[in-house]
Amino acid sequence: MDVVFDILSSANFWAAAIRIATPLIFGVLGALICERAGVLNLGIEGIFVAGAMAGWMAVFLGAGLWGGVLIAAVAGGLFGLLHAFLTVILGLSQHVSGIGITLLATSASYFTYRTALPNVTTPPRIVPFQPVSIPGLSDIPFVGPALFQQTPMTFLALLLVGALALVLYRTPLGLAIRAVGDNPASVEAQGLSVTGLRVGAVVLGSALMALGGAFLTMSAFDAFFFGMVNGRGWICIALVVFASWQPGKALLGALLFGAFDAFQIRLQAQIGQVVPGQVFLMMPYLLSIVALILVARRADYPRALLQPWTKGQRH
Amino acid sequence: MTDRFLVGRRLFVSAMAAGVTLAMAGVSLAQDATRVAAIWTVPVEQQWASRLHLALVAADERGDIDYVYSENITNTDYERVMREYAEQGVELIIGEAFGVEQPARAVASEYPEVSFLMGSSLPPAEPNFATFDNFIHEPSYLTGIVAGMKTETNMIGMVGGYAIPEVNRLMNAFMAGAQSVNPDVRFSVSFINSWYDPPKAKEAAFAMVDAGADILYAERFGVSDAAKERGILAIGNVIDTAADYPGTILASALWHGEPMIEKAIEDVKAGAFTASDYGIYAFMEYGGGSVIIDETLAGPEAVAAANAKEEEILAKTFTVEIDDSEPASSQ
Repeated sequence: MDVVFDILSSANFWAAAIRIATPLIFGVLGALICERAGVLNLGIEGIFVAGAMAGWMAVFLGAGLWGGVLIAAVAGGLFGLLHAFLTVILGLSQHVSGIGITLLATSASYFTYRTALPNVTTPPRIVPFQPVSIPGLSDIPFVGPALFQQTPMTFLALLLVGALALVLYRTPLGLAIRAVGDNPASVEAQGLSVTGLRVGAVVLGSALMALGGAFLTMSAFDAFFFGMVNGRGWICIALVVFASWQPGKALLGALLFGAFDAFQIRLQAQIGQVVPGQVFLMMPYLLSIVALILVARRADYPRALLQPWTKGQRH
Repeated sequence: MTDRFLVGRRLFVSAMAAGVTLAMAGVSLAQDATRVAAIWTVPVEQQWASRLHLALVAADERGDIDYVYSENITNTDYERVMREYAEQGVELIIGEAFGVEQPARAVASEYPEVSFLMGSSLPPAEPNFATFDNFIHEPSYLTGIVAGMKTETNMIGMVGGYAIPEVNRLMNAFMAGAQSVNPDVRFSVSFINSWYDPPKAKEAAFAMVDAGADILYAERFGVSDAAKERGILAIGNVIDTAADYPGTILASALWHGEPMIEKAIEDVKAGAFTASDYGIYAFMEYGGGSVIIDETLAGPEAVAAANAKEEEILAKTFTVEIDDSEPASSQ
């Protein structure tokens, strides 16, 4: 048990947990907005890749880092727009369209990368976001090193959690978004556009997903690799359920997953000779499934999730 | 889509080049060039694939071969692409059968006129399926000597992709080399179960630095980044990344695809290609493996020790053991 305590009591462990959680926070918030508006967005995995490529490529071609973040968001938003067109306007299957978006965005990203850089031998690098150090705050024991080893995008992610919670629960727009995913007829009766709200939510949510990808190539690492998203988008889809579609719990879920992963990496390195490494690699996913089982009983799905809306239609 | 586009464009470029050559020389050179196709499951930037890709590109530029390739081919699609190239009349197909060992052998047996040279963990298959792998356990052993002498905390962190023979072999050789000069050295080993997730490899490396490692064995992209950020040293693998991480790469075990590629092309041209193991061309005696040491970082003692052992390997008075078992952290 000493090993476990040593790991959990180190600031570097928590710093790693937050770092691993950051792309998931973006992703889970994005998925949450889409689903709150009634649209499942399985394009998330591909949108991560698109964001990772677009943001990195923009910086590689000379844009500033925040310019890259913006371009990643726009790229994600465009794929979101396509998903919204197919699922909201045409009312097609959200599952099929989402998987299609993932395949399309993944291939299109690599296609763009290879077209722009046909002859590279090692992936070119950019100067990524650097950790923010705030004099005074960084020196606080434990919290300082855990929080201030982080890059600006991590703080953006944390800020977005609060901002999204505020908008969802404290503004008329948030009420409309929640209503459009629960009971679109009521929104229609209010004289608001169900289609407009849903399209907007999917585009915005997809833009956030892309930031999760951009974090990988612009903060966590400094180059774009095919396949580097490695399932992170899919984890977000599970985390949304774990979070019961609430931003605060989404943050908690992402941090929990980050902590599991940081924990398994350390445990594997320290007691790897006792248990096969694959057991540790399984751990974050296994624990996520257990957590899902525990919370899923009380899961409160947006009532109109997966249901296309036709104007004037009665249920 | 990607692969088709690439093949198409590559063929187009090759066709243009051939056209220009024809116009200038007035003779057909294309008939002398062996038609070679490579099928990669990863992008050609990936360390392993890049070593062969670059050797093939060089052979193409010399005019020895006419080289086309497809990258990022999933294992589920691999057979189809093999068949496509075989149907097109390609003479030599190079690739990686690690995830498609049996299907790849089945396809090869249907095209006996085509020579197949595939990265594989299993033996060759008659009549036309030859195998290879990056057997650079010898230079890996030498980098182990350097690391074993340089570590001050006696703790070396190692991050690998998957625990498969190809990876295990090099890690085990490295560990044996380090232990041969420093019996107190301990290892912290972890695998990330991905070839291509640098952020994750970086996290695994950070965890090792936190646990006291002062040298990292960088089997994957991302590990040297962690070493550089934390101001410690790293051991490179397969490719030389020293220029990307100044002051960080202590030594690297390099793989050179040229000896094997040139031998294979020569064999195909001479009609002497057999279902044999081309893996030996990665051995140091054939020039397929080499070690590069940063002498300022390593110091004269470590360099001398590594050089002395290299002499022994080349003189065959010392053999580095091939151990494919999964390495684990020290107790």
